[in-house]
Amino acid sequence: MISLRLEAREQPSAWLNLTLPIIAIAATLVLCAGLIVLAGANVLEAYGYLLLSGVSSRFNLVETLVKAAPLAFTGLAVAVAFRAKFWNIGAEGQLLAGAMAAAFIGGREGLPGWSLVPLMIVGAIVAGAAWASLPAILKVRYKVDDVVSSLLLNFVIFYAMTALLDGPWKDPLSGYPDSPDIRAAAEFPILLARSRLHLGILLALIAAPLVWLMMRRMTLGFSIRMVGENPHAAAYAGIPIGRVILVTALISGALAGLAGAGEVGGIHFQVMAGLSPGYGYTGIVIAMLARLNPLGVLPAAFFFALVVTGAEAMSRATGVPVFLAEVIQGTALACMLIGLLFTSYRVRVRRMHHG
Amino acid sequence: MAADPPFLAMHGICKRFGATLANDDVAINLERGDILGLLGENGAGKTTLMNILFGAYAPDAGRIEIDGTPVEMTNSAVALRHGVGMVHQHFHLVARHSVLENLMTGRPGRHGLLDRSGALARLDEISAHYGLDLEPDRLAGGLSIGEQQRLEILKALFWGARILILDEPTAVLTPQEARRLFKALKAMAEKGMAIIFISHKLVEVLDLTSHIAILRNGLKVADLATADVNNKAELAELMCGHALTPPHRAKQQKAGPVLMALDGITAGGRGRQLHDINLTLRGGEIVGIAGVSGNGQQELADVIAGVEPVLSGHIEIDGHPITDPDPVKMQAAGIGRVPEDRMGTGLITGLPLADNFVLSRAGQAPFSRFGFLSRTKIEQFARRQIELFSITAAGLNIRTGTLSGGNLQKVLLARELAWKPKVLLAAQPTRGLDVSAVDFVHEQLLAVRSAGGAVLLISEDLEELLQLCDRIAVLYEGRIAGVVDRKNASRNEIGLLMGGAAS
Repeated sequence: MISLRLEAREQPSAWLNLTLPIIAIAATLVLCAGLIVLAGANVLEAYGYLLLSGVSSRFNLVETLVKAAPLAFTGLAVAVAFRAKFWNIGAEGQLLAGAMAAAFIGGREGLPGWSLVPLMIVGAIVAGAAWASLPAILKVRYKVDDVVSSLLLNFVIFYAMTALLDGPWKDPLSGYPDSPDIRAAAEFPILLARSRLHLGILLALIAAPLVWLMMRRMTLGFSIRMVGENPHAAAYAGIPIGRVILVTALISGALAGLAGAGEVGGIHFQVMAGLSPGYGYTGIVIAMLARLNPLGVLPAAFFFALVVTGAEAMSRATGVPVFLAEVIQGTALACMLIGLLFTSYRVRVRRMHHG
Repeated sequence: MAADPPFLAMHGICKRFGATLANDDVAINLERGDILGLLGENGAGKTTLMNILFGAYAPDAGRIEIDGTPVEMTNSAVALRHGVGMVHQHFHLVARHSVLENLMTGRPGRHGLLDRSGALARLDEISAHYGLDLEPDRLAGGLSIGEQQRLEILKALFWGARILILDEPTAVLTPQEARRLFKALKAMAEKGMAIIFISHKLVEVLDLTSHIAILRNGLKVADLATADVNNKAELAELMCGHALTPPHRAKQQKAGPVLMALDGITAGGRGRQLHDINLTLRGGEIVGIAGVSGNGQQELADVIAGVEPVLSGHIEIDGHPITDPDPVKMQAAGIGRVPEDRMGTGLITGLPLADNFVLSRAGQAPFSRFGFLSRTKIEQFARRQIELFSITAAGLNIRTGTLSGGNLQKVLLARELAWKPKVLLAAQPTRGLDVSAVDFVHEQLLAVRSAGGAVLLISEDLEELLQLCDRIAVLYEGRIAGVVDRKNASRNEIGLLMGGAAS
């Protein structure tokens, strides 16, 4: 008889550490191939559409980047929070808070036109941070589980938003449950003529190295990593744990809020129920795939944006349902988590004799 | 007729972890009635060998035989079935279960029903046989540490152990309790059990065992009858491969100024853990805190470290009163802190080594300016301390957790002593360290003393306290039961104070 068992490695495997995200994605694609076969399509052809159509033309590339921007922000938000072991599952709600603030400010007639875009950005930062501070305060003051509270607050803000959109904030012109459009002066500048490549994408590209700098080179990032690695030892060293968690939550929420500002200022010019197709949740997958490294978030966000854009092309060409994109997200997260186990444990195969 | 096969035989055991060979062709033979002392420095491979015997690791090569029959220890349940039991340093008891319920854990009776009367009968039988008594209905959480250990031993016997492994069992006991444990172990051996005793305390090993096996760098370097050993220096030399000179303790220093004064300190759990502590430390002295673990040592250390709020009383450091102490204030006042749990409290093992040198000072100049860290300054500082304290590390940015226990403690000392503390708090600074690392730590404590600083040494090792301290205060149930001067300190008197006898 053969038995398998896990044995702790003396040191985490450095080789696995580096290649893990790639292995996890490869494993995901192999596992999901079964679904494509079930859908009656050719696996290679379907994957060709899924992974290549997002970069196959200028238009498609821009669309991929447009989707990558909010994913990069939510990925950064989660990466920062998870470093402090503040389990922020609420990037989705913080994104909506930022979007609502941006749409509200963008529609103010009394403000000078030039001030709208900067004010929308600041407003989204403040709103996202404020919404993220709730689970942090609950955790620090009352030891409320942050996973549960940050997750449930997503539903609170989502339904509060739909209630507003169906009532006082309903667009009087269209009559749909959408907010009124923001003013033309509030629309984010376009970086590339005749495309949707907006300011938000540039902001995401700037944010990632800044967050990296903060985590790696600033005293604050040092405290965040201390608290995340070992809160007990951090407290012993004199780090104010509660304050660090709260500041981490504010930064995390601000980043997620920026995702919302970009969606309102650059894409939709209003808020509506379908504003985010779960960018906040995909951010968790992205952060994990990036091993919580802010610079790694950029390629990871690009990859998932590629999958999302490619899924539609794949569906049109091969008939495989677009939902495959979401299966891939979930499977990638599972593969990554399993892979993390193997960086610290090795599998031993042994033959057993029964006697 | 061939000789009977040995009771337990481990042949040619090899186990490799990455580049290190933790066990290299190790053989152990044990007969019924043997008490084997297993000695070795940390990292010598003792724990690995015992983990292989107890089924936690699979050996890369080698075999285990009991009464000549090869056995495969695939996990601890299998090991128990073959009669191998282990008492770990940290107990695995369910505090809210009774003694009897703890014994029955994992042993349901027939048909999924608990067999209480059967278990009770078996406990009586074992107790009578080995002279280990414990009331079956007491809650495990209410037992003293010594009694909890007895329960762990009973548990192993209850599960049918014929070979008992004890990992540093005396670390948590008073001298009196240790003597009682040895009596029980000797009785068990006389009844035909085999015992493997892992310890750092050479005196105990000489006192208790019949055989001694010494491991060094994964190799068995000696296997001798205890009767053939002349003194403990001989054992120490075999363990570390070279002769040891115990650190020189200078004669009585001239007492310096009062560096720390605790006045009526009450703290912890509404004042129950630490009560009305009055203690003065002068420059140039080492004051020891003796006591059985759990009598307020942790709270005392935490108060001085600034992490345990003081409920009443005053602290003065070098003449300055400290109100509402916290870690930042205490360190600024000149307290160096070596906490008991170096892996969990003193260091952050998941962070790079260099970072651990500045855990509490990363936000201060010169390590940080305008909120930005100066990696150069941090690494310079770390490199200097690593050199000064001859710490063995593969690099500045390796995960700190990969260092050996002795080197981790050196990192802690190197960090705390860099700031020339007026008072050094050292809680269990040598626990779990090997002989040469212990000597190094002792040297450092004595160096603080001769430089005119004060050391508060909290230890459960009486030998260590008697060797280093100028005065020893004994904690019992959160109060100072007595202070003994070095000149007229006797083990017996301190032992009695530790057990609660009034002086």
